[in-house]
Amino acid sequence: MIRSLHRWPGLVALALVTLLALSGAALSVFPAVERIAAPQADQTLTVATLADRIHSVYPGVEQIRRSPSGRITAYWFDQGAPGAAVIDPASGEGVASADPNQTERWLTNLHRSLFLGDGGRLAMAAGAAAMLVLSLSGAVLVARRTGGWRRWFARLHGPLAGRLHVEIARIAVAGLVLSATTALWMTASTFDLLPDGGASPGFPAEVSGETGFAPDRMPTLQQTPVTELRELSFPYPGDTTDVFTLKTDRGTGYLDQGDGTLLAWADLTRWERVSETIYMLHTGQGAAVLGLLLGLMALGVPAMGATGVLIWLGGRRGRTRIRGNQPAGRAETIVLVGSEGGSTWGFAATLRAALARAGQSVHVGPMSGFAPKRYINARRIILLAATYGDGAAPATAKGFLDRLNAADRTPDIPVAVLGFGDRSFPAYCAFAKDVAAAAQAKGWPELLTPGTIDRQSPQDFARWGRALGDALGIDLELSHQPVLPAIDSLTLVSRRDYGAEVQAPTSILRFALPRVSMWQRLRGAGFARFRAGDLIGIVPEGSTLPRLYSLASGRRDGFIEIVVKKHPGGLCSGQLTALEPGDTVAAFLRRNAGFRPGRDRTPLILIGAGTGIGPLAGFVRGNTRGRPIHLFFGMRDPGSDFFYGEEFPGWQDEGRVTRLVTAVSRGARPHYVQDALRDEASQVAELLRDGARVMVCGGRDMAAGVAEALAEILPLAELTPAALKSEGRYVEDVY
Amino acid sequence: MKSLLATLALTTALTLPGVAMARPVTLTTTLNNYGGDGAYLALYVTDASGAYVGSLWMAGGKSKYYEHLDDWYRATGGDKGQINGITGGSVGAGRTLEITLDLADALFDAGYTLHVDAAVEDMRDSPNEVAVPLTSDGAGTPVAGRRYVASLRYDM
Repeated sequence: MIRSLHRWPGLVALALVTLLALSGAALSVFPAVERIAAPQADQTLTVATLADRIHSVYPGVEQIRRSPSGRITAYWFDQGAPGAAVIDPASGEGVASADPNQTERWLTNLHRSLFLGDGGRLAMAAGAAAMLVLSLSGAVLVARRTGGWRRWFARLHGPLAGRLHVEIARIAVAGLVLSATTALWMTASTFDLLPDGGASPGFPAEVSGETGFAPDRMPTLQQTPVTELRELSFPYPGDTTDVFTLKTDRGTGYLDQGDGTLLAWADLTRWERVSETIYMLHTGQGAAVLGLLLGLMALGVPAMGATGVLIWLGGRRGRTRIRGNQPAGRAETIVLVGSEGGSTWGFAATLRAALARAGQSVHVGPMSGFAPKRYINARRIILLAATYGDGAAPATAKGFLDRLNAADRTPDIPVAVLGFGDRSFPAYCAFAKDVAAAAQAKGWPELLTPGTIDRQSPQDFARWGRALGDALGIDLELSHQPVLPAIDSLTLVSRRDYGAEVQAPTSILRFALPRVSMWQRLRGAGFARFRAGDLIGIVPEGSTLPRLYSLASGRRDGFIEIVVKKHPGGLCSGQLTALEPGDTVAAFLRRNAGFRPGRDRTPLILIGAGTGIGPLAGFVRGNTRGRPIHLFFGMRDPGSDFFYGEEFPGWQDEGRVTRLVTAVSRGARPHYVQDALRDEASQVAELLRDGARVMVCGGRDMAAGVAEALAEILPLAELTPAALKSEGRYVEDVY
Repeated sequence: MKSLLATLALTTALTLPGVAMARPVTLTTTLNNYGGDGAYLALYVTDASGAYVGSLWMAGGKSKYYEHLDDWYRATGGDKGQINGITGGSVGAGRTLEITLDLADALFDAGYTLHVDAAVEDMRDSPNEVAVPLTSDGAGTPVAGRRYVASLRYDM
């Protein structure tokens, strides 16, 4: 909801808002220039003295005005010819032209009305309203993204366009809200929608009838400092009924030209004061520095517009079209999708196509559109549910659980729930689990036990598809090809081989960085930006399904490195471990934001075995700032599969790794990495007390063993595994 | 040409005894190129003693700016009822405003004066921009204003 409230005004009003922001930013310069250029009045100078000075230089003076910047302008007639000048208050002499600046006038008219009169004013007001909606909805989205209002300035992850968008937004949003709100107020004031009209004192019926009392002798003018002056109008020469009119920051009054008495006075109303303050805040007239700041913030708008469009286009590209979709009332199989980024729709499309090939009629829709009464011909319902953030419903499943829980009875049609998630996050498939639990609690018949798909694994999906086919009594082959990111060709630079002696041939493969286009760099797409711990997808020859490997290097290292173990009969690992320098593979990058060491200086406890050392070694290699890192590394035989054994001594000397603890599993006394952890229990506990972060990478069995060992150690630090996970201090990358 | 049914007799104190006759009068106001935004103009009539009698036209739609037409504003207290139905847009620099009204015969050759107050954003306020006596002889003779009005002419 908030997102569409942000997206659509943004796209529709993009041009208008950009024009407003650019013209506003240009206009913000003028008050500052005026403030610097205008000769300023002495603090002690009174209006009486100023009027006298100007009057003696320009006897035909009619009006003296002071702008909020302090610039004083006089208007006079000299033998019937009108004259005007900016006045130096020290002398009363004109020092500059008082003609309006044509550029400023042009920009002002563009900014407030597009040169289109009232229609243009309303259009620009609509632009300001769009800006306000964008700012407020954007602020909510920033808070949601960073994890709360208190974490407003938290570090960001993700593609460059998205980060830039938020980086600019969280600084500029305050100025944009102020500019937009004040703009709307000023429009309302211009269209007489606010009771902020000027209160003027009644014109005096009785005057002295005399003339010629010099302004510098008038007590009111003597008591009014020039810094409070707005306007002083002189009476018409020869008109004995006319008066001096004085306008100051406090109000308006009339002064007798015969004896100088104050004939009438009216204070500014509260509404007038508010409107004037708002005028000042919007234009910067009288607050030049604020004006410049607002102008600077406004310059962020075009940048946010451009990055916003990129984000939107990126999101659109990731979405899948469902072809041949049947109406909900006619379909035998209802597939409902809860997706945040859009990738789950791709799985739905694959499932629909496979079912259709098996002669089924299928309806695919969002989970948020759950309407069991419409499914009159349905014989099964399949829910494909991703998870947003820490277990929340993804975008297209909003309201599903509420609707399910509110229903007095569930459909009789059996249901299958499939969760999509990332095992490295603590809330793995949490939403799908909630849905499955709610369905079970409601007594909804189960078609299939709930399943999960880790990181869009096509293999997981194919496996689940076979189980579904068995349940339906059909042969269901789900060959899902995720919409692959742009594939690059990587050239092998070097390889180092290990483990042949322990029947675990493994290679550290180093590839050259592929060429990255400016466009990719701008979006942070592909290999333009990656870190150790991110994933690389390799598409082996003879298959369309990519395999994922953890990266042992970051972009800054200048190469792409992975650690690959040759599995017996493994298609991809076989091809990779057979590569020779100069050979190429097809690969793409997938970010793994959940598995990052973070930038702070708290100690790291890295635990890995076998090829799981890859990303951990990458973290160590990138640790140039001397962050304390304690690495637990399980291997079979230090003489054979001690990956990075050559580099570790150097890394230790340079302070990139504080301590390296190895565990060797082959030999008289097999020792696993979890055993090493137990041996160091007291030190590990101390590190955890100091706020250390644990990162585990390796096979599932090892991860389970490590989790068990940590659960024993954690009480020593008065911690629990759950607490550690909820703080993001325990992350796994398991395969 | 703007044709206007509103007559002074309807809007003002000119419902004097004996005022029965009215005739169409065209007021043509041409502005000079003063180099600013559109001008607000108030056209109104005072009697022989200088007292405000009624308004003929207000060029400029935003009442918050009327206070810059000082003389008219003082005379009317900014009363929008005075210009109800006889308000138009502001007049750009170098442009001409032409209005036709039915004016009572009694207004001519009886000491009444036609006034124009003018104001432009960020420029001088020019109350009493033009003051021209309403006479039968004066019809068709252009009069220059002080700051913004290049010429004002009334034709009967």
